[in-house]
Amino acid sequence: MKRYPQLRMLATIALLLLLPFAVGTMGNAWVRILDFALLYIMLALGLNIVVGFAGLLDLGYIAFYGVGAYTYALLASPQFGVHWPVWLILPLCAAIAGLFGALLGAPTLRLRGDYLAIVTLGFGEIIRIFLNNLNSPVNITNGPQGIASIDPIAVAGVSLSRTLNVFGFEVHGLYLYYYLFAFVALLIVVVSARLQDSRIGRAWVAIREDEVAAKACGINTRNVKLLAFAMGASFGGVAGGLFAGFQGFVSPESFSLLESIMVLCMVVIGGMGHIGGVIFGGLLLAVMPEIFRYSAVPAQQALFGKVVIDPESLRMLLFGLALIVVMLYRPAGLWPEPRHRRELAGKKS
Amino acid sequence: MALLEVNNLEVHYGGIAAVKGISFSVEAGEIVCLIGANGAGKTSTLKALARLLPIKGDIRYGGESLDKLPSHALVSRGLALVPEGRGVFARLSVAENLDMGAYHRSDNGIAADLQRMYELLPRLKEREGQLAGTLSGGEQQMLAIGRALMGRPKLLLLDEPSMGLAPLMVQKIFDVIRDVAAQGVTILLVEQNARLALDVCSRGYVMESGRITIADSATALAADPRVRAAYLGE
Repeated sequence: MKRYPQLRMLATIALLLLLPFAVGTMGNAWVRILDFALLYIMLALGLNIVVGFAGLLDLGYIAFYGVGAYTYALLASPQFGVHWPVWLILPLCAAIAGLFGALLGAPTLRLRGDYLAIVTLGFGEIIRIFLNNLNSPVNITNGPQGIASIDPIAVAGVSLSRTLNVFGFEVHGLYLYYYLFAFVALLIVVVSARLQDSRIGRAWVAIREDEVAAKACGINTRNVKLLAFAMGASFGGVAGGLFAGFQGFVSPESFSLLESIMVLCMVVIGGMGHIGGVIFGGLLLAVMPEIFRYSAVPAQQALFGKVVIDPESLRMLLFGLALIVVMLYRPAGLWPEPRHRRELAGKKS
Repeated sequence: MALLEVNNLEVHYGGIAAVKGISFSVEAGEIVCLIGANGAGKTSTLKALARLLPIKGDIRYGGESLDKLPSHALVSRGLALVPEGRGVFARLSVAENLDMGAYHRSDNGIAADLQRMYELLPRLKEREGQLAGTLSGGEQQMLAIGRALMGRPKLLLLDEPSMGLAPLMVQKIFDVIRDVAAQGVTILLVEQNARLALDVCSRGYVMESGRITIADSATALAADPRVRAAYLGE
C-alpha cells in the first residue's frame, strides 16, 4: 500500500464515503454517533496542536468549542433575529475562537506544565460561567436555558437537516451532515499535517523539547506559542460552529470541564503529536461509550438475569480502567508516532 | 572596538544580586574565559548576554546596544549560546537538531554547513538518524555546539561544556573548541575546570560572588598564586 499513495487515498475516500451507509444499517442513531465522532476528531486534532505539537497542557480547551458554538448560535437564530449564511459564520467562528486562544495564551506565556494546566482549566470555567450568566442585564446568551431553534446548516441553499432526494434515493440529513463534517475534518487533517512539516511545526517541537534551547536557536517563542494557542483554538471554534448548526440548540452545560478532559484523553490515548493516533483516539472514545451504552444492559441480563450496575456508572468505571491500562502499558498512546520514520528522515538529509 | 563590551552588568533574581556590576570585553577572534566557583555568577552573566534574563547595564555587541534586541534576534546577528546542561532536543534526531540551529537562516548554504559540521564532529555523522536523547553526555555536548555553529555565529557563548563529562570526553570537547576557534569564531567560555579553560584561552577573568576579581592573560592567571590556590588545587 505504501508504494501507491494515490491508491491509498482513493481507498480512504471510498471508505469515508461508504462508512455511513455501512453504519446506517444498524439504524440512524449510529450515523448520528458517527457525526459526533467527527466533531470530537476535529476537537482532538485542534488540541493536538497545543498539547501534542507545542507541548502546552491545556485543560480548558472545550471553551473554544463553546465560543464557536455560541458564535454560530447568535448569528443564525431568532435570539437576535440575524440569520447569516454558514460560509460566513464558520470562518468567523474560527477567527473569534482563535482570538480567544491568543487571549488565553498571552498571560500564560511564562507558565508550563501543572501551572499552565490550572490556568487553562480556570479559563475554560470562566467562559462557561460567562455563557451561563450573560443573560442580564442585557440578554446575550439566554443564560442556562441556552439558545434554541438555531438555523440548520445549509450548503448551496440545501438545508442539511432535511431528507434529500437524490435521483429517487432518500438521503437522510444525518448523512449529509456526515459528509460535511468529514470534509471539514479532512481539511483540518491536511492543515495539521502541513503545519507539522512546516517551519512553525518545527519551532513548536523545539519549544516542546526545550524552551531555552529553542530561544537560543533564534525562535521567537512568544509568537510561536501564541500561534499554537490560536491555531488549536480556531479548529475548536469551527467544530463548535458545526455542532451548533447540527444540534440546533446550545447551552452552557455542553462545555463542561469533563468535555475538556474527554478531548485531552482522546489526544493522550491516541498518541500525542501523531495525527493518525489522535484521529483514532477521537473515534475510539466517541464510539466506544455508545457501543457500551447499547450492550451493557443486554449483556448483564444474559449473565446475571438482571441489571446489576446501571450502564452509565459501568461506562465510567470501565473508561477509568481502560485509561489506567493504556497509561501503564502504552504510555505513548495506542498509536504513537513511529520512531523509525523520524530516523529514516534523518538519514535522508 | 571590541566585539563585545560589557559595562556594569547587573543581574538580579528578585532581591538577590547574582552579578554585581561587572565589566569586561571580548575582541574579535579571541577565546576569553570566565572562571570561578559555583554561584559566582558566571552562568547568569552568559544568560544575560543571551537576553534570557532581564539585565541592567550597558552591553554592546558589535557596537549595538543589547537592550533593544530580544533573545531571538541575537542568533541572526551572530551571537549564539550553548546553554548549560546542553539542552538538545531529545526527541528529535541529530540531523534535525543541527537543522534547528539554522532555523533563522534562509540561505542555501545550510546543507554544506551540515556536511562541514559532520567533518568537524564525526561522531555526530555516525549518529545522524539517532534521537538526540539517546546520545551520551559528551555526544550531546558536541551536538549542542554543532547546533549553535549551524547558525554561523561570530561570537559563541559556551556555558560549562565540560560539566558532568569523563576526562577523556572533556579533552575531546576542548579539541573541538580549539578547532572552532581556529575557524575564526570568537568564544566566550564559562568554565569551572580552570586548568583546561586557561589552557585554551588567551585571556581570562576570575569571578567571585558576582564580581570580577582578577583579569589577566591566561598564562599570567595560570601562574597567579591566588588562582593556583583557589582553582587549580595547588
